[in-house]
Amino acid sequence: MSTTGNTFGDVMVVGGGISGIQAALDLATSGYKVFLVERSPTIGGKMAQLDKTFPTNDCSMCIESPKFIECDRHPNIEILTYTEVETVEGQAGDFEVTLEKKARYVDEDLCTGCTVCSEYCPIPVPDPFNQELSDNKAIHIYFSQAVPLVPYIDGRCRYLEDRKCTICESVCKNKAINLNAKPEKKVIKVGAIVLSPGYGVFDPRLRNDYGYGIYQNVVTSMDFERLLCATGPHEGEVLRPSDHQHPKKVAWIHCVGSRQISEGGHSYCSSVCCSYIQKQVILARDHDADLQAMIFHNDIRSFGKDFERFYQRTADMPGVEFVRSYVDIGREIPDSRNVTIRYATEREGVKEEEFDLVVLGVGLGPPAGVQQLARQFGIELDHHGFCRTSPTNPIETTREGIFVSGAFKGPMDIPESVVAASAANALAGALLKSRRGKLDTDRVYPEERDTTEEEPRVGVFACHCGANIGRVVDIPSVVDYAKDLPNVCHAEEGLFICSTDAAAQIAETIREKGLNRVVVAACTPRTHEPLFRDTLREGGINQYFFDMANIREHCSWVHSKQKEEATAKAKDIVRMSVARTIGLEPLQEFELPVNKAALVVGGGVAGMTAALGLANQGFHVHLVEKEKNLGGMARRIRTTLEGLDVEEWLAGLIRQIYQHPRVHVSHEATITDVSGYVGSFETTVLSEGQTKVIQHGAAILATGADEYRPTEHLHGEDERVLTQLELEERIHAAPGGLADIRSVVMIQCVGCRQEGREYCSRVCCSEAVKNALALKRQNPQMDVRILFRDMRTYGMAEDQYREAADLGVDFIRFEPEDGPVVEPGTDEEGRRVLNVTVPDTILGQRLVLDADLVVLSAAVVPSAGMPEMTRLFKVPVSPDGLFQEAHVKLRPVDFAADGVFMCGSGHYPKHLSETISQAYGAAGRAVTLLSHETVTASGSVCEVTENDCISCGACITACTYGAISWNETPVGRKALVNPALCKGDGLCCAKCPTDAVVLRHFTNDEVFNQIDAALADASGTPQKELQEVAK
Amino acid sequence: MTRQSYATEIRIIRLMCTGRADLAFVFRALSKGADGVIIGGCWPGECHYVTEGNYDALGNMLLGKKLMDHVGISATRLRLEWISAAEGARFAEVMSDFARQLRELGPLGEGEGIGPEDLRMKLGALSQLVPYVKLVEREKLRVPEKVEKAYYDFYESERADRVFGELFADKLAVSQALMLLAEKPRTTRELSERLGLTASEIGKHMNDSSRQGLVRFDMA
Repeated sequence: MSTTGNTFGDVMVVGGGISGIQAALDLATSGYKVFLVERSPTIGGKMAQLDKTFPTNDCSMCIESPKFIECDRHPNIEILTYTEVETVEGQAGDFEVTLEKKARYVDEDLCTGCTVCSEYCPIPVPDPFNQELSDNKAIHIYFSQAVPLVPYIDGRCRYLEDRKCTICESVCKNKAINLNAKPEKKVIKVGAIVLSPGYGVFDPRLRNDYGYGIYQNVVTSMDFERLLCATGPHEGEVLRPSDHQHPKKVAWIHCVGSRQISEGGHSYCSSVCCSYIQKQVILARDHDADLQAMIFHNDIRSFGKDFERFYQRTADMPGVEFVRSYVDIGREIPDSRNVTIRYATEREGVKEEEFDLVVLGVGLGPPAGVQQLARQFGIELDHHGFCRTSPTNPIETTREGIFVSGAFKGPMDIPESVVAASAANALAGALLKSRRGKLDTDRVYPEERDTTEEEPRVGVFACHCGANIGRVVDIPSVVDYAKDLPNVCHAEEGLFICSTDAAAQIAETIREKGLNRVVVAACTPRTHEPLFRDTLREGGINQYFFDMANIREHCSWVHSKQKEEATAKAKDIVRMSVARTIGLEPLQEFELPVNKAALVVGGGVAGMTAALGLANQGFHVHLVEKEKNLGGMARRIRTTLEGLDVEEWLAGLIRQIYQHPRVHVSHEATITDVSGYVGSFETTVLSEGQTKVIQHGAAILATGADEYRPTEHLHGEDERVLTQLELEERIHAAPGGLADIRSVVMIQCVGCRQEGREYCSRVCCSEAVKNALALKRQNPQMDVRILFRDMRTYGMAEDQYREAADLGVDFIRFEPEDGPVVEPGTDEEGRRVLNVTVPDTILGQRLVLDADLVVLSAAVVPSAGMPEMTRLFKVPVSPDGLFQEAHVKLRPVDFAADGVFMCGSGHYPKHLSETISQAYGAAGRAVTLLSHETVTASGSVCEVTENDCISCGACITACTYGAISWNETPVGRKALVNPALCKGDGLCCAKCPTDAVVLRHFTNDEVFNQIDAALADASGTPQKELQEVAK
Repeated sequence: MTRQSYATEIRIIRLMCTGRADLAFVFRALSKGADGVIIGGCWPGECHYVTEGNYDALGNMLLGKKLMDHVGISATRLRLEWISAAEGARFAEVMSDFARQLRELGPLGEGEGIGPEDLRMKLGALSQLVPYVKLVEREKLRVPEKVEKAYYDFYESERADRVFGELFADKLAVSQALMLLAEKPRTTRELSERLGLTASEIGKHMNDSSRQGLVRFDMA
């Protein structure tokens, strides 16, 4: 929505990156009026600058920009860009925020985003979006999908400097430019605030030790993102700064500004760099298959979901070499401007090597101006300068009513930022529950045009997707081709058809040209179909008159080396889509009622937190636990690395559950059946001998994970071999219980990062450090050694890793192919001990360590009940047997099945505070559904043509949803579909011998049209002489 | 997701479930000049609906192959593969492999040594048979157990062959003969040569069809 004069809302979200965007969307959809405040000229944040995202290498802008449009179109969101917060007064429930809207010099309401002003502007300025690697104009739109799609004037404008030039003002046809504009003050009242100002990128200029800013061919990883990107400084060609040549040999340096205690560096680990560097290596080699890559690293921290495979994939690529070494930047070679790097290997000692380009893997820091921000909002920061939170509530700041979302809490990746955003919805929603829906505004669409009497008039819009499609497929020729197809009366191309402006333009074209069918030839309907259907509604025609011709995933991405064939195929795909749309019918969607209760499966920390998150927002929750007691895995954990007394805290949490009037707990419970659909599920639970049927609108699966029972290293045979959880129980069982233990050896990665379990269990390195510290504190003389492959104490846990090393804990690295061996033996004094033999990679010898206890960091594995649970709820699992989210990056707690959400270790192993964040996140997502009276169901459902029905019943037996039943009619018994139960899979259609059952939107004729078009050649006649035989 | 490249000849038709892939679609595509049809769906046990329509697709595919085989069209031209949405690499691999198989077979008809006219007749007969196939499938060819092996075993069993022989072979012959006769009057001998059946078999079919008023004997 554009700016209005409104000054009263429910929540202000400060920071419009992906986390702020998600928070705004979830809050707005849950019935709150949101102000989304962003200091730069557009929403989007850092994610908009990334080329692709790990570990799926999805195009970053492509997955983020639909959210911009969603925000822009959401009736409950008001976006205020180029706006800074000045003061925050009042208290939770009643804040008064003073904003300054900086002078943009362009009126957002009058500007059409035509960019004529930029064309005529004579002043080139370094482009901040492209990391100042290329120029833009003093007046420019921040990037082409910007929301709002309105230029701003950079401070370096000639008029603003010395009042000399007013060209832009005079070329603007809409008189939108006012060079004398002044900043405006605005005072807004809200009940809660979500802070999502993001992070700052470490600036290696500050310390001058990597040659950045001195040697031209040293760039940061953020610079490199832009170099990779199709919308970057060289349109996606990777060219190095000094001579704009393709670099053939590139070095990446890890941990720049991170894991450093020297002045100016950050002591913590930035968590995301290992994976983003691997992504950059893969992409750089996509651009140039001969590129040589050397990656200089410390520990490789691939601790997230599917990160380990991603690392292996990178490491296995030819021409890619991972070198475990600290490095120095040597010098710049005068002629070539190449840069040398000095490094050391265990085998070859110190070497110096020359590179065409050096990429610095820069870390994450607090956002710029964080101290001022903390003062304005009256919140405390931690000693690193990030937002202070408690481990048991990583979403609350120290000031009531102000919540934190995203990397302002500390380094985190995109899915974690998105989870935190949904969590902020749950917590702000609890604070403001009495206000929910009071300021709600409904979206108003123009009246739908009746097209029944019209001939099909198809519009085709072909997208370049930056260079994603345009670089491979000849889009202009596809457009020309489309113009000649039957019934096509309009065809045009666009750089990004999904941008707000382009979408609005399509709506306009529909009205102007009287289109009644629309084909968008671009990317996948999975992400973009809802957006374009909405565009059709804006254009005043039925949203089902739309088809997406996927010329990206099905064409340019998979035929990138065969441009001609790809262009021919793109034409075929467009022709098929056009043929399909001609047969499309207008369909009406309908509303299904939403039961306001939720079911939470699993009574561990995740399940309990999610249950409270929902109950505190006013919803009834049925919490189902398989054991007699609540608590789950946390019952075995006594402390966290942060020092939380888990036992005491857990007791408090359980008390809150039992005392909450809206939480209903079933113990010793098994779920025997789940039926229904989003909004009205019916789940049968057998609990303590009784069967009950629970009606609920949403479900959250929080069934957790188990600790792997190792068979390795004598575990189960020798009682001196424990797992970390068993050790933790021993440490806290009785004071002094470990008094006679002199030496402990811990072995990491037992049962994971190996064939059959190709993931990192994420928590074990920090757990090992936590237990090692506890042992050292009990007995400083004790020898504690940790045998590891990579220490993955990511984020702030790095500080404790360092502390452990300082306290004398030995860290000994091993390679998986030559790992430690545990055998019973004796020490020098003849005591019975366990001998742990491990190769010393530095000295090249074998070390024999004597241990009184051997502690195994055992893998976290999917719980035994997982397959049954996912079967009952019809939700998918990942190849590792964990919950599979709907989208790894942007829907991290949703299942693809509507109304079912996930949290906790069933999704992936995670630490306590991460679990809590995700549990609130699941609650926040569930409320976006439960806060509505109804949910809209698809119009693409089945229907029976009574005259054709021969009452054979084939469809009825095929439909396991029970959506089809007999209906007595004057002409006899006929099949009848209940559209609320129909899921639109169309199985019944394939069973019906008379084609009496019709699946709307996928009718036989629509499919036949598409098949026929697929096989018709470019002139529109069939390839072969086999016409009309099938009719 | 993986952007792995694959054969450019593949054209994709989106359906919401493999169970929606009607044999009519398969025969339509072959009739319109496709050299093969591949159905890609969710792995058994991973149905995103509750219908497990992928098993129905499996049955359909096996039945389709049998029908094609019966009229002399290579059954290799119809293929079903389980490819989850997360398996981009597998998708690319399967598609390229299928394209390779089809290239080896040669164009539809030519590869089988069937002339264009006969091919049209055969595919026409198959398409016409689809409604009947659906009825028979439900009555006689439904595999009771949703296990992949059970489907393969059943379609290789004698029972399936018997049902097939009893219920489809004749129908296909009649339907092909009728198509030939729709073009122009032909002698019993011509029909028996074109359809590879004995004169007495043709005689029986024609007598039946004549009783139903579908054909007329020209005694002259």
